[in-house]
Amino acid sequence: MPKDQPVIDLSPKVSDEVRKTTCYMCACRCGINVHMKAQTDGKLKVAYIEGNRDHPVNKGVLCAKGSAGIMQHNAPSRLRAPLKRTGPRGSGEFEEISWDEALTLATSWLQPIRETAPEKLAFFTGRDQSQSFTSFWAQGFGTPNYAAHGGFCSVNMAAAGIYTMGGAFWEFGQPDWDHTKLFMLFGVAEDHDSNPIKMGIGKIKERGARMIGVNPIRTGYNAVADDWVGITPGTDGLFILALVHLLIKAGKIDLHYLAHYTNASCLVNEDPKSPQNGLLLRDEDGNPQVIDRRTGKLARWDGEGVDPDLAATYRHKGITHRPVFHLMADRYLSNDYAPEKVEDRCGIPAKRIRAIAADLARVAFDEAITLDRAWTDFRGREHTQMIGRPVSFHAMRGISAHSNGFQTCRALHTLQILLGSVETPGGMRFKPPYPKPATAHPKPHCKVTPGQPLNGPHLGYPHGPEDLCLDANGNPARIDKAFSWENPMSAHGLMHMVISNAHAGDPYKIDTLFMYMANMSWNSSMNTGGVMQMLTDTDESGDYVIPHIIYSDAYSSEMVAYADLILPDTTYLERHDCISLLDRPICEADAVADAIRWPVVEPDRNVRGFQSVLCDLGARLHIPGFVNDDGSQKYDDYADYITNHIRRPGIGPLAGWRMGANGLQGGRGAANGGQIDSYIKNGGFWVEHIPADCAYYKPFSRNYQDWAVKMGFYDSPQPYIFQLYVEPLRRFQLAAEGEGSIQPPDHLRGRIIATMDPLPIWYPPFTDGHVDPVEYPIHALTQRPMAMYHSWGSQNAWLRQIHGHNPLYVPTKIWAANGFAEGDWARVTSAHGSITVPVAHQASLNENTVWTWNAIGKRKGAWALDTDAPEATKGFLLNHLIHELLPAKGDGMRWANSDPITGQAAWFDLRVKIERSAAPDESQPVLPPLASPVGKGPDELTWKVGK
Amino acid sequence: MTQLPPPSKVKLGLVIDLDTCVGCHACVVSCKGWNTENYGAPLSDQDPYGGDPSGTFLNRVHSYEVQPAEGTAKLIHFPKSCLHCDDAPCVTVCPTGASYKRAEDGIVLVNEDACIGCSLCAWACPYGARELDAAAGVMKKCTLCVDRIYNENLPEVDRVPACVRTCPSGARHFGDLGDDDSAVSQLVAERGGFDLMPEQGTKPVNKYLPPRPKDVEPEYDILAPYLAPVTDGPKGFVGWLDKALSALTGGAK
Amino acid sequence: MHPSPSVIIFTTFSGLGFGLLFWLGLGLPTPTGWAAFVFFAIAYLAAVGGLLASTFHLGRPERAIKAFSQWQTSWLSREGIAAVATLLIMAAYGAGLVFGGTRISPLGWLGSLGALATVITTSMIYTQMKTVPRWRHWSTPALFLSLSLGGGALLAGQTRFAIPLIVLAGILQVTNWLVGDGLFARSGTTMNTATGLGNMGRVRAFEPPHTGTNFLLKEFVHVVGRKHAQQLRVIGLMLGYIIPVILLLLPFSHWWALLAVVSHIAGILAVRWLFFAQAEHVVGLYYGKR
Repeated sequence: MPKDQPVIDLSPKVSDEVRKTTCYMCACRCGINVHMKAQTDGKLKVAYIEGNRDHPVNKGVLCAKGSAGIMQHNAPSRLRAPLKRTGPRGSGEFEEISWDEALTLATSWLQPIRETAPEKLAFFTGRDQSQSFTSFWAQGFGTPNYAAHGGFCSVNMAAAGIYTMGGAFWEFGQPDWDHTKLFMLFGVAEDHDSNPIKMGIGKIKERGARMIGVNPIRTGYNAVADDWVGITPGTDGLFILALVHLLIKAGKIDLHYLAHYTNASCLVNEDPKSPQNGLLLRDEDGNPQVIDRRTGKLARWDGEGVDPDLAATYRHKGITHRPVFHLMADRYLSNDYAPEKVEDRCGIPAKRIRAIAADLARVAFDEAITLDRAWTDFRGREHTQMIGRPVSFHAMRGISAHSNGFQTCRALHTLQILLGSVETPGGMRFKPPYPKPATAHPKPHCKVTPGQPLNGPHLGYPHGPEDLCLDANGNPARIDKAFSWENPMSAHGLMHMVISNAHAGDPYKIDTLFMYMANMSWNSSMNTGGVMQMLTDTDESGDYVIPHIIYSDAYSSEMVAYADLILPDTTYLERHDCISLLDRPICEADAVADAIRWPVVEPDRNVRGFQSVLCDLGARLHIPGFVNDDGSQKYDDYADYITNHIRRPGIGPLAGWRMGANGLQGGRGAANGGQIDSYIKNGGFWVEHIPADCAYYKPFSRNYQDWAVKMGFYDSPQPYIFQLYVEPLRRFQLAAEGEGSIQPPDHLRGRIIATMDPLPIWYPPFTDGHVDPVEYPIHALTQRPMAMYHSWGSQNAWLRQIHGHNPLYVPTKIWAANGFAEGDWARVTSAHGSITVPVAHQASLNENTVWTWNAIGKRKGAWALDTDAPEATKGFLLNHLIHELLPAKGDGMRWANSDPITGQAAWFDLRVKIERSAAPDESQPVLPPLASPVGKGPDELTWKVGK
Repeated sequence: MTQLPPPSKVKLGLVIDLDTCVGCHACVVSCKGWNTENYGAPLSDQDPYGGDPSGTFLNRVHSYEVQPAEGTAKLIHFPKSCLHCDDAPCVTVCPTGASYKRAEDGIVLVNEDACIGCSLCAWACPYGARELDAAAGVMKKCTLCVDRIYNENLPEVDRVPACVRTCPSGARHFGDLGDDDSAVSQLVAERGGFDLMPEQGTKPVNKYLPPRPKDVEPEYDILAPYLAPVTDGPKGFVGWLDKALSALTGGAK
Repeated sequence: MHPSPSVIIFTTFSGLGFGLLFWLGLGLPTPTGWAAFVFFAIAYLAAVGGLLASTFHLGRPERAIKAFSQWQTSWLSREGIAAVATLLIMAAYGAGLVFGGTRISPLGWLGSLGALATVITTSMIYTQMKTVPRWRHWSTPALFLSLSLGGGALLAGQTRFAIPLIVLAGILQVTNWLVGDGLFARSGTTMNTATGLGNMGRVRAFEPPHTGTNFLLKEFVHVVGRKHAQQLRVIGLMLGYIIPVILLLLPFSHWWALLAVVSHIAGILAVRWLFFAQAEHVVGLYYGKR
């Protein structure tokens, strides 16, 4: 070393203590190491955040959001104390009050409702990771009006997955990253399961495996895909069914898998006159029937040793029953699905569709892999090997958020199953507690008794019209009209309809709207301006149409201004949480796992974790489950609940370190007072691996079923077969055809028959029938930037430098046609509204599609940003262009802009037109600034905690 | 000090895989977090909650669209930080000796105590690797996490730069590019790793791995054998199905 | 490059100041007493003022002393040493003239040599930058030197030197512009070499790494309109070169001489602004900007 080279400290102390908890910068739930440094007063302060290497989700890596958590935790936009509105709603004028005053006020609103009409409380949570807790509270309160945000997120994917095969992607399942040879990704997916997918892509790249991206936009994951298919939005289902057509036609399907592990072999009543038409043939005990190839006779689907036949038909009492697979062949061999028929609509040349189908066939069958792991299926057959079809898929919100999203997701699951690539090596694998078929989930409940709990869980999976949530007159029982004829299988509720329905008093008026982490007056609503209007609208006597609004958030979001009472939440580093098996845990395909958050620092403000507040409020309202027999508060706080709540015998919110007969154990057991400490010692999570002989074929494996019972996922083995043919859909169709006593309104019959097909179909997005495709020829999409998660990222001093405003990306054809140049602005108009925004050119984009980053745009005055923040002056939302209802088309109806089966908001059906515009001073529309209840942030940051 | 030391045997640096980087900015923020808390002055941010926020970052991810003569446009994410050049022009221009290249491993550093903030090193760097911190008035740059890679307070597995440790897709590799047998050198050899702006004569240590070819049509006939229809019509299909099922061994004993 | 006022003022005035010192050192003229004081005061005001202005460009000006240490490699360090040495030598030389009324010729010659060295080292700070192809040309130091000597001669009242030197500087100025306009293209550094992606097709910057600005964009990316630049070039050429020469060719008058000086300084400030504003740093390529 040269003598004048400075001597530097190569081993500085990294921190005084590392505290391990779970990230909450998005919903990915990664493990983090929070490095703490002691201050001169001895207090520990957060100095640095990195990924936890031992954690099952992220294995050490961490995304931009996660690393920026320190800026979120210290953001100037943090709320400081409970707030009571002093100005008019929407002004942002508040006074700080004490917690006692706040909770007394909330109780004074909620107590009378609970005693007289619990349904007048609508309790909806947004980015909630404690849904098993919040739903338990709501159930105890007695209101049927509870849900989280799945209805405007990805319920189509989730519900289609559950009904078809007992799970979909993300927390339900993942590609077998270690074995897959061809990975196909559909649609916007960057915002869910973000680190695991990036890690998976890295893994397959390292192994030289291939990746196909199907997305109108080539950014992010699609930028690194070996093949990019720039599909026209809303046509994914048609493209998938064309692949299905080619594969069935070529016989490139896994017949053994289909016969044994799916209901392709189950027999269907084909008599048009029968009330059972289209339903499965069942024995007296209700078991679907197959033909056993050993005997040629009928047998239970799950009979010991049965060898189900895919081909044989069965005629009984003059009625022909054909196996589901016949129906599939009839449908998908039709030339309607030939590549040449769909290429224009999908924007993918027929040759390309064939090439992809051939690739799927080649990899699935020519490059099949086998693992030498013996296993036994539920029919008692012993297998010496596990045969893998190393083709895997992933999709999330992209293909979901269309009015044909449910059936499109069904089609994707069907494609995977036809290839035999679900729960086999190299394919898609479930994560415990999934697989879990629709039949193992609860059904929805809505029976209200004043002063009493609801009769069961709010959300679930209906199996027929008798499971709908309707009142005695057949009207929707829920404020969001979930589980009504308008959207019978709305498994996650319809948060996006709550405010408009409550405002319209349809199906009834409510008294209190209670929300948590849901930015409804901004980016979490369609028709943002309309929602603000509804929240501030008054009746003839001058009272607000929605009389009371309570809102809980940790930050000064846009929604804060529209509430009457604010319950300030903590940041994610100041709270207890459980990422529970009862909810959306952190499991991996090879392991069951759950995790906690714990206060690695105590709040320095007068704020409380929302769940702890619910424990207090629940006791004040005497909600069963929240009070002891003597009427005293049952759980001191959320940590107390997490530790001591018993959901079913032996089952609590956390599965790790429960008290068994012989000491601590995972899965089942009594409550353990030291449980949270055990989690903290273990890095904030608990994990137990699935035995290798049942790590695949989980739904069909005897050993897996026994293991799942042992772990407490369910109480008896319940193997099942995949439902290519979803009978519950057919039951709704039958009702719409006039069968049965529970009947849909006449105006919905046609649509139910057309859309609730028990086999996957494709139909054009509804928008196309309501909005003139000639006048509005352009599809408009949003996606979330990987470095920012929804509006919660915009307050972040580091992240907002990366994404401080968002242009509208325009493809070359439209760019040239409008004569756009760099720096130009455009007016973008939908059937509902118009915005004027900056544009930018992108060549790697479907030629009829424009898009922008979601939720960069901010309302002036929110998030403790200056009013001239670029988020508010150049940033914008597409939400202004989207309405929760489709435009009128002269039939006297206003149809919902959502999937007719699940009610999922059809964000991505949006059609617009675009024209060059003079550059305005600011993105249009401009809304007046909100008063900031927290002031503004500092002018400079020099962030260093240590000395 | 601003004389470059004799070429070191060990040349620590990064290999960045442009085929794998998904452009998530994880490395950008992880770097900001580690380096604001550690080596030298904090990486400050000006107007952080205002109309024109800006700040010091040692690593930034660009993106480029590449339009081939024929076919679809490609999008490439492009992380960029100091390349720790062998012939580092930023070092020799420094009037105070604050900028230097470590003799033992080739890492280019700024001794902030000696830096007068003249910015000349940033002028001399073709890559934009150096940023003058507006609050501290000294030049900031990638240190290759010199306070991590040898840090005995960290577990051995963590003795890599923060950006490498955090990269979710594994697009960033750290190692000794002076050793032809090292994993990073092998990767560069296998994948055709290249220099940025080689004509500038800076001899960067960091290498970039090119994106693999995309949207390549398959070499085999897409119609046969994979998509050859088993029969002509639905009737024939059931016949095929019968035969195919009979032929199945069932996959079970 | 960002045309920072501190650097424009520094290069313009220190060039003039050291140019004047050069002539004074040669004894052209050889004033004594008060006259010498005025000459030297002007020279030092320009030279030292310029140097001081340059410290405004520093992030930590209080440490400027450290800049003298790296003369072996750093042109900036060499410039600092040359400047201070020259100023010290010329102070002694000037003291002789002002107070002693005598000219210590060897000291003057040494000072003149130092002044030349200072101007050359200043110009080399820019000329050495491979990253700024416009500057990396022999005409840059030639221009700096001829301007410094011409301007110095103008201040020193050495019309017979000033006229040819300013004419020469004007020619070099035009050369520097015309050749400079093509130097970026000739440097071989392009978006393709910057990204290494050129073999895949035409490369275009898509999303910048940050939507906001940063030090690099502020310091290195400055876009001057073509028309605006042409106008400024004409103005600079007129004020800095043509008008002063015409004025000097007119029958001598102190007023004409003063006007020539003022015009020259204004013109050089303009061309110096262009010197920075039109200089494109290769880092701009990463941002799709020049």
